[in-house]
Amino acid sequence: MKPRHKRFAFIGLGLLVLGVATVLILNAFQSNLVFFFTPTQVASGEVPQGRSFRIGGMVEDGSLVRENDGLTVRFIVTDTAKRVPVTYKGILPDLFKEGKGAVAQGKLNADGTFVASEVLAKHDENYMPPEAAEALAKAKASGAQQSKSLVVPQGRQGSL
Amino acid sequence: MSTDINWLKYSSPQAFYPLAGSLIPWFACMAVALMGVGLYIGFFIAPTDFQQGEAYRIIFVHVPAAWMSMFLYVVMAVWAGIGMGLNARLSFMMAQAIAPTGAMFTFLALLTGAMWGKPTWGAWWVWDARLTSELILLFQYAGVMLLRTSIDDVRRADRASAVFALVGVVNVPIIYFSVQWWNTLHQGASVSMAAGSKMVSTMLTAMLLMTLAFWLYSIAVILARVRCVMVERESLPLWDEKAAVIQETVGAR
Repeated sequence: MKPRHKRFAFIGLGLLVLGVATVLILNAFQSNLVFFFTPTQVASGEVPQGRSFRIGGMVEDGSLVRENDGLTVRFIVTDTAKRVPVTYKGILPDLFKEGKGAVAQGKLNADGTFVASEVLAKHDENYMPPEAAEALAKAKASGAQQSKSLVVPQGRQGSL
Repeated sequence: MSTDINWLKYSSPQAFYPLAGSLIPWFACMAVALMGVGLYIGFFIAPTDFQQGEAYRIIFVHVPAAWMSMFLYVVMAVWAGIGMGLNARLSFMMAQAIAPTGAMFTFLALLTGAMWGKPTWGAWWVWDARLTSELILLFQYAGVMLLRTSIDDVRRADRASAVFALVGVVNVPIIYFSVQWWNTLHQGASVSMAAGSKMVSTMLTAMLLMTLAFWLYSIAVILARVRCVMVERESLPLWDEKAAVIQETVGAR
């Protein structure tokens, strides 16, 4: 082995060790790296008690209710398995819609209601003109596939 | 090999300097042309998005910039690795020349991301895995550049920043796969090798043209910068004809 082969082998080995170490570290910190908890995790008590955290999921169709003060809203966040009722006082982002993704930061009440201090809209990775979206909605009515990444990142769907 | 060109000769800075000089205008012109076409398609031909309206159009800068930020980091690390393995001066110079352009694209991706996040998500910035790891990439570029300038001996500076660059390369797959591995506010990939594209074809065309334009721009700028690095380091008589003339006139006095 020439010296330069040795050096390349050393670099390669170093990167390999580094890669393995990184995988182990990221696995260990898995729970700290998620941006939000799913309603299923809320239901099974995996969420931090007594302090602020985020929940994310789909805003259930027909669940959005606006109170008389015009500022307080109630809606239900779901991951299709479990549902969490959310109340929020403030201005919702423009893209906040029923049937679309949303992430809310706040605390869980004693009665299981999530009191949000901030609500963010999560949009998906599909881009198309409105006509195409309409056509897709029609196709969906007849049972076609749609993106699932709104609720659960790809690759983790099986774990739900 | 049937060609008569000895490619290896370009591994010497003296031979590479004029070659780089003659390539720069080509890459620069093509970059400007493609950027013009890409932006035109992106802003005037591509349709309005069904969810985000016109706000999505920043994607034509944001995504190519983010791709370039990751890609350039890998290229920089590869040059650094080659430099370490072969003790090649030119490789280290290339690594040095790439860092500022990579940092610029990282900053551009973060900036356009913030401008996109406010109207769509409702927040300029969130600490989700995608955004945070991209911010770390910016710090890595800054670290590579700082480390180099903080060491006076060029050869030691080369090696130290090469090690830094190589270690930091683990962050690139983390950035790329962050949206799959963890739940993030940032949406998943619209374009991927595995799943194809989730965009209308005119949008995709504009985005790919912009990516190609950013590529060519990067090549042009990096070649120009590597020429500066060569002149700076070698403190040799400049290899340019124009510079040679100046040298002669100065010498004649």
